[in-house]
Amino acid sequence: MRRELDISSNLDWITILLFGVMVFMGWLNIYAAVYDEEVNQSIWDFSLNSGRQLLFIITAIVLIAIIVILDMRFYETFGYLIYGSTLLLLILVFFIGKEVGGNKAWIGIGSFGGQPSEFAKVATALALAKYIGAVGFKMDRMRNQIILLGMIAIPMGLILLQKDTGTALVFGAFIFVLFREGMSPFLLIMGMAAALIFVLTLFVTNEYYLHAGIGVVLILLILLGKKTVKRIAILTIGALLIAGVIESVDYIITDVLKPHQQNRIKALVNPDADPLGYGWNVTQSKIAIGSGGFFGKGFLKGTQTKFDFVPEQSTDFIFCTIGEEHGWVGSFIVVVLFIVFLLRLIYLAERQKNRFARTFAYGVVSIFFFHFAVNIGMTIGLFPVIGIPLPFFSYGGSSLWGFTILLFVLLKLDAHRSQLLQRV
Amino acid sequence: MNEGRKLLFQALVLVTGIIFLVKLFSIQVLDTRYEDLANSNAILKQIEYPARGLIYDRNGKLLVYNTPEFDLLAIAREMDDFDSAKFCDVFDISSEELRQRFAEMKKRREYSPFKPTLLIDKLSNYDFAKIQDNLDEFKGLYIQARTTRGYASPSLANALGYVSEISKTQLERDSTHVYRQGDYIGQSGIEAYYEEHLRGTRGVRYKLRNVKGIEKGSFRNGEYDTLSVPGKDLVTGIDLDLQLYGEFLMQGKAGSIVAIEPATGEILSLISGPSYDPNLLTGKKYSSNFVLISSDTNKPLFNRPIMAQYRPGSIFKIAQAMVALQQKAISPDTRIPCDRSIIACHGTHSYEDLRGAIANSCNPYFHNVLRRVINKGIENDPYKDSRIGLAAWNKDMTSFGFGGKLGIDLPNEKDGLIPYPEYYDRAYNSPAWKFSNIYSLAIGEGENLVVPLQMANFAATVANRGYYYAPHIVKDIGEEGPLPTYNTKNYTTIDPAHFQVAVDAMQFVVEAGTGQWRAKLPDVIVCGKTGSVQNEPRPDHSVFIAFAPRDNPRIAISVYVEYSGQGGRAAASIASLMIEKYLYGQTKRPHIEQYVLNGEFLY
Repeated sequence: MRRELDISSNLDWITILLFGVMVFMGWLNIYAAVYDEEVNQSIWDFSLNSGRQLLFIITAIVLIAIIVILDMRFYETFGYLIYGSTLLLLILVFFIGKEVGGNKAWIGIGSFGGQPSEFAKVATALALAKYIGAVGFKMDRMRNQIILLGMIAIPMGLILLQKDTGTALVFGAFIFVLFREGMSPFLLIMGMAAALIFVLTLFVTNEYYLHAGIGVVLILLILLGKKTVKRIAILTIGALLIAGVIESVDYIITDVLKPHQQNRIKALVNPDADPLGYGWNVTQSKIAIGSGGFFGKGFLKGTQTKFDFVPEQSTDFIFCTIGEEHGWVGSFIVVVLFIVFLLRLIYLAERQKNRFARTFAYGVVSIFFFHFAVNIGMTIGLFPVIGIPLPFFSYGGSSLWGFTILLFVLLKLDAHRSQLLQRV
Repeated sequence: MNEGRKLLFQALVLVTGIIFLVKLFSIQVLDTRYEDLANSNAILKQIEYPARGLIYDRNGKLLVYNTPEFDLLAIAREMDDFDSAKFCDVFDISSEELRQRFAEMKKRREYSPFKPTLLIDKLSNYDFAKIQDNLDEFKGLYIQARTTRGYASPSLANALGYVSEISKTQLERDSTHVYRQGDYIGQSGIEAYYEEHLRGTRGVRYKLRNVKGIEKGSFRNGEYDTLSVPGKDLVTGIDLDLQLYGEFLMQGKAGSIVAIEPATGEILSLISGPSYDPNLLTGKKYSSNFVLISSDTNKPLFNRPIMAQYRPGSIFKIAQAMVALQQKAISPDTRIPCDRSIIACHGTHSYEDLRGAIANSCNPYFHNVLRRVINKGIENDPYKDSRIGLAAWNKDMTSFGFGGKLGIDLPNEKDGLIPYPEYYDRAYNSPAWKFSNIYSLAIGEGENLVVPLQMANFAATVANRGYYYAPHIVKDIGEEGPLPTYNTKNYTTIDPAHFQVAVDAMQFVVEAGTGQWRAKLPDVIVCGKTGSVQNEPRPDHSVFIAFAPRDNPRIAISVYVEYSGQGGRAAASIASLMIEKYLYGQTKRPHIEQYVLNGEFLY
């Protein structure tokens, strides 16, 4: 009985407060994004995204209640089952899914619908945590690493097949989790280096400069470290691989990526090349945010977002409304909110004594971080346009519910951290 | 294990956040470009064009009005299933031309596939009626109406001027920034002179618009909007009937007729021949017509009444007489023998007084008169004496308005020339000139130059017995009267008493002298003077100035008919017909009219 009484005081209210503030701000900005002066509908109007978002918020609160009431052992016990059912849903999408906005990722029953891919994030995080949290798990066993990567790759692949590239990329964030739980940083570093070089290649028109740079770095590394045959061999192979990446960039851009994906990368490099064509999103998004100035144009006074210059202004590009109407001050508040939120989550993750809980917590951290970095990054022209929502701000039931579940399962586990067995 | 790796996560979060804040600061606060871009995106500056002022004649007849003209605009984004073959059929253009139009459209600076952009301009009312019914079959095509000028009658072209799209150089010179590309502006005539009054004030409305260019209400509740004010209507002193009659008489001739109401300086008619139909320089055919008209060897765009500089000829003798009287060089009774060994003369007279000399246009008489004016014996040195005499002569002569612009309300008025000492210094490259070098001035030949307007104004000055109002076309701007300068009486330096001599002489010219039978009217006393301006080897210009009635004159007139012989013929006939028409509303001398119409005067 004592446990039941304590649950509310054990929840991390700082995180809940941050969550509440962000959801509320998101709701106001969704209203601002779709507000039309001539029609002058109220924020409560259900024909507007803001009215519907309120329904989603209320539903999310019901979800929170269920998550908190459910036994804390539920999530670990049924981790694989939840994962399996989600995969089934992802497959089901191919047969009964609806196409929304070019992506066949929507599943609907009557007027209720949702995107299983949003829930697949929760399920994958749970499954990974369960696998890593199992007694006797050792990260340095190659078999374990392959199984874990497979657990990430299966939902990712299914979502890619639904042509929802953005959401699929989010699953890449789980690499961070494996890294935190002891995987060699090699994969992470190689991935980041490949991405960095990929982008560099786009900016540097003459690839021979890059090759020369790699050669210089290689020689320096060989001279500075131990000169064992094994080390020199590894470094040389690494350098050759990177050179290969550079050579393949052109091939990837022109032959592997779809035209709209190629354009998004081109727009990142030079949005002015075709401001009315592929550069439209980035250009308009930057104009909206940039025109906000220091204090912004004021609530409901934005012109760029309201008059559809910015695409998807209440979902993926919701940050434009904030930037335009509330200026740098508003952007600052939102970015700082996310920094504090993420640091708080890392703090929560680190205080878990149970490995399942900690792993899951890092899964949550990684997903929120990835969404935050990529979403805001794309609106201000630092990342290519990848259609993923800004947590708690973007309009949409599935994404809000997905993020809420992720967060509150973590908070539920955190509330019971002293009762969970320490298995590490 | 691996606790240290949490630091990496914290660092990653912080670094990402800080990069975002810096980048945001740079695009939101440091870079002001985005604000302008946002405004040009979403704020549409809509110009409300005021109606250009109308122009009336003195009797309230409409001369210039506004007529609708249509531009065809296209929004490229909406023209997905455009049927070009059908379009060519309906709009009656070739597919080649259509292709060219589209290419031009896409090259325009303001072109955007989302916004309406000009495809075909200046469709007339007639063109528009033809296509109107078919327009809704083409998606993405829109009609925009604006107004252009229409002319009630095919007359008065050079005085009214024309209106056309502002040129690039005019746009660059416009320091007030009133005009925008594509605006209409008065290019000549009173359309240009009264541009500021006619154009009105444009209104501006700032509209918000969405990405498709659809209006979304006013910007800041219209705080910055202004209303348009229509241009002011102009009432001219032109008598349209008289103007049309004058143009009718001048057909087939080169020259000009200027008729002025002496009591006010209002111009009753201003005829330049050959002329053109002002309606040719409006609408769609403007460009091609302008090329034709401006390259015509008869120079229809040359506004002769104010731009053609002629030697005045014998009509100048009236002015000479008055200057001489004023300078006491002669009296009205001074008789001088007609000594034809000095200078040629005509007729049978031999020893006339001033009135007779004017009536017979005696050349030796005026040769002698000018000698008396130029050489008064103030200095013994004939060069210095001539210098003093010419300066005094010039002062009196220019007080009639000769030798400088009268200030008519039309652009490009010419000065004419009344020689002055420094002029001959330059011409002879030394001050060594005297009367014998310049005596041609005596009979209105030599270096003298006048424009027809100045001669009409001179007739009006004599009619007024000593003063004139600067001749002007517009007598009323938006019910506020004419420009203030036209309310000023300009007095000559000549004693009004001497004008009576001139009036008597001019009456005598018509009743008994060179102007006799063609200029005379049965019920009214006409005062006039003939002139035949030499053009060796071609025929003389026929010149006549006149005013009538003798007392309380209502019309003063000058007529120049190029290369058509003696002033007593074509010019005197036309002048008297014009006077008759103005005073009585009709002419009753068909033989004179036939003489004018059938004479071969254009060589």
